[in-house]
Amino acid sequence: MAAPEGIRRIADSVWELPPTLRPGMRVPVRICATEPLLHAMDDQVFKQAANVATLPGIVGYSFVMPDAHWGYGFPIGGVAAMDPETGVISPGGIGFDINCGMRLVLTDLTFDDVQPKLHELVDTLYDRVPAGVGAKGFVKLSQSEFAEVLEQGAGWCVRNGYGVEEDLARTEESGCLMGADVECVSDRAIERGYRQIGTLGSGNHYLEIQVARPEHIVDPELAAQLGITRPNQIAVMFHCGSRGFGHQVATDYLQIFLRAMTTKYGMEIIDRELACAPFKSDEGRRYFAAMQCAANMSFASRQVILHRIREVFGAVFHRDWRELGLRMIYDVAHNTAKLETHVVEGRSRQLLVHRKGATRAFGPGMPGLPPEYQRTGQPVIIGGSMETGSYLLTGVAGGAATFFSTAHGSGRTMSRTKAKHAYRGRDLQRSMEHRGIYVRTVSFGGLAEEAGAAYKDIDAVVEATEHAGLSHRVVRFTPIGNVKG
Amino acid sequence: MPYEYLEDGVTSDVTFHAWGATLDELFSAAADATTNVMIATLDTVRPRISKPVSVSADTLDLLLLRLLDELIFYKDAEGLILRATNVHVETVDHAHQARADLRGEPIDRNAHELSGDVKAVTLHGLRVEQHDAGWHAEVTLDV
Repeated sequence: MAAPEGIRRIADSVWELPPTLRPGMRVPVRICATEPLLHAMDDQVFKQAANVATLPGIVGYSFVMPDAHWGYGFPIGGVAAMDPETGVISPGGIGFDINCGMRLVLTDLTFDDVQPKLHELVDTLYDRVPAGVGAKGFVKLSQSEFAEVLEQGAGWCVRNGYGVEEDLARTEESGCLMGADVECVSDRAIERGYRQIGTLGSGNHYLEIQVARPEHIVDPELAAQLGITRPNQIAVMFHCGSRGFGHQVATDYLQIFLRAMTTKYGMEIIDRELACAPFKSDEGRRYFAAMQCAANMSFASRQVILHRIREVFGAVFHRDWRELGLRMIYDVAHNTAKLETHVVEGRSRQLLVHRKGATRAFGPGMPGLPPEYQRTGQPVIIGGSMETGSYLLTGVAGGAATFFSTAHGSGRTMSRTKAKHAYRGRDLQRSMEHRGIYVRTVSFGGLAEEAGAAYKDIDAVVEATEHAGLSHRVVRFTPIGNVKG
Repeated sequence: MPYEYLEDGVTSDVTFHAWGATLDELFSAAADATTNVMIATLDTVRPRISKPVSVSADTLDLLLLRLLDELIFYKDAEGLILRATNVHVETVDHAHQARADLRGEPIDRNAHELSGDVKAVTLHGLRVEQHDAGWHAEVTLDV
C-alpha cells in the first residue's frame, strides 16, 4: 500500500492530498501521520477521506488521524467540520456506535495492592458488568424512564444514585448533550436499547485494570497534576458505546437520508454510507436530535458501569470506594458530531465537527473544561490493544489545526476474519496470563479477533499525534486484567 | 454452507459473500451468515420460539438489509438468537417483499458459544446480484 500520487509533505507528520485527487473535492485532505504510518494505511482511507472532502459545507480540510483505517463512509479516524448554515450532517461521519468512548478511572491502589487480588477482582468485574451478545443491563428501566435517560444522559444516573457530581464535570459535555429529543427516535430503537444501559458489548469493547509503571510516565509534572503520583498506580479504563439503541438510530437515519438525498435534495450519492442531509433540513435536525439521545445513552451507560466498578472494588478490598480513591480522570467520546466554536482564518465560527474514531482534544484554557483541567488541557484517553497498552494524553494549543481532534485507538491492521483464523482465543488467554495479563471473555472467538498483532503499534500512533501537534503524551498504561465481551 | 467470510474485508468488521439458486435461498444463507457471526455453531440454536417477520423495500439489497436487521433487532430487544426459516421473497410492481419465520431461542451462554455482537448491517459494498448459476450477495456487518 502506498500513499496516492500528488501527496505533499506539509510538516514532519502532516501530509496533504490536493483537491484535484478526485472530482468534486471542495477542500484538500490532511493526513496526520509519521511516514511509516502513512505508508501502512489502507488505500481505502485516502479514497474515503477524499469522498468526505466532497461533502457540502466542509470547512478547511478533510482530516485523517494517525490511527486511521478503512471504515465505511468516513474512514475510522476521520474528522470533518461543516458550516451549519450551508453544510450537511452525515451519519457516516459518526458511525453506528454513536458516542462510543473511553472512560479512565484512577485509584490510590498500587500494583502490589492489587496483584494478590487480581483474579478475584477481574472475575467479579466479569460477573458484575454485563458483556457480550444479548447481555441485559443491571439498571432496570421502563421505556419512559429510558426516555428520561436519553434526554438527561449521565446526569440522570447521578440523580438516581449512580455516581457523584464530580463524575459529570469530568465527562465530555458534562455527560449530556442538550439537544436530545426523544420524539426524533423510533420505537424500534427504544425497544432495542432500553434494557442495555450498563452493558459493555463485544468486539473491541473492554474493561481493563492497568498499571502506570514509573518508566512509562512520559511527563511526570502533568501526570502528577492529573493525579498519577504513586509508583505503579492502578487505573481502570473501559471502552463502550450506545449499544443497540445507537446502532438502530444510525440504521434508521441512514435509510431516511438516502431517500431524501435523491428525492428531496437532488444530491449525488457517491457512497451510500456517506448519506447526508443539510444540517438545517428537517431530516438533518431530527437526526442530530436522535444522535444526541444516543450520545446521552452512551454517557449514562459508562456512568452506571463506573458505579459498578466502584461497588466491585469496595467489595473486593473491603473498603468504601472513596477510601480507595476511585475517581474519574475523564470520559471522552470518539464517534460524534457536535456544534463547537473554532477559529478559522482569524474568525470565530460555529462549526458542526464530525469525529469518527477521533477524540476531541481541547487545549489548555478552553471553555468546556472543568477548572482542574484549565491548565493541563483536556485529558485524552487512547486505548490500545489488550496485549500492549493504552495512553493518557492531554490536548494542546496546536490542536486548533485539526479542530482540536486527535487519534482514538491504535487502529486495526488485520481483518477480524483473518485474526480469527490466525489465533486461537484459549491459547491467547494462556499466553497473556504468562505475561501477567489475566483475561476473562464471553467469547474466545472474539478474543482471538482482538489479538495485539491485529492492531497498529500504539506507541507509534500516539507518538505521531504528538509529532503532528495534536496531543501530548502523559503516561502509558500497561494492562494486567481485562474483561471482554 | 452457502456463505463465506472474507479475510480482506473491512478491517474492523465482518464482510461475507452468500449465494443461492433462488432469492429465497440467498436470503436464508445471508441470514445464517449473520447469525453465525453472533454464535459459533448454528446447530446449537433450538427452534423453540417463532417470530414471523415481513419487510419491504424498493431494491433487493435494502430488502436483504431489512431482513437481516430483524435478526439483530430481536437479539438486542428480546435477547433471542434466531435463524431465518421459510424465507419467501417476492416482487410485485417493483416493490420487493420478504417474509420469513425467524426461529430460535433466548441466548443461553451454557448452550451457545457466543461470538461477536453485530451492531448493524452496513451499506458498504452491499449488493444482491443475479448470475448464471443463481443469486449472490455481499454484506458487511458492523461488529
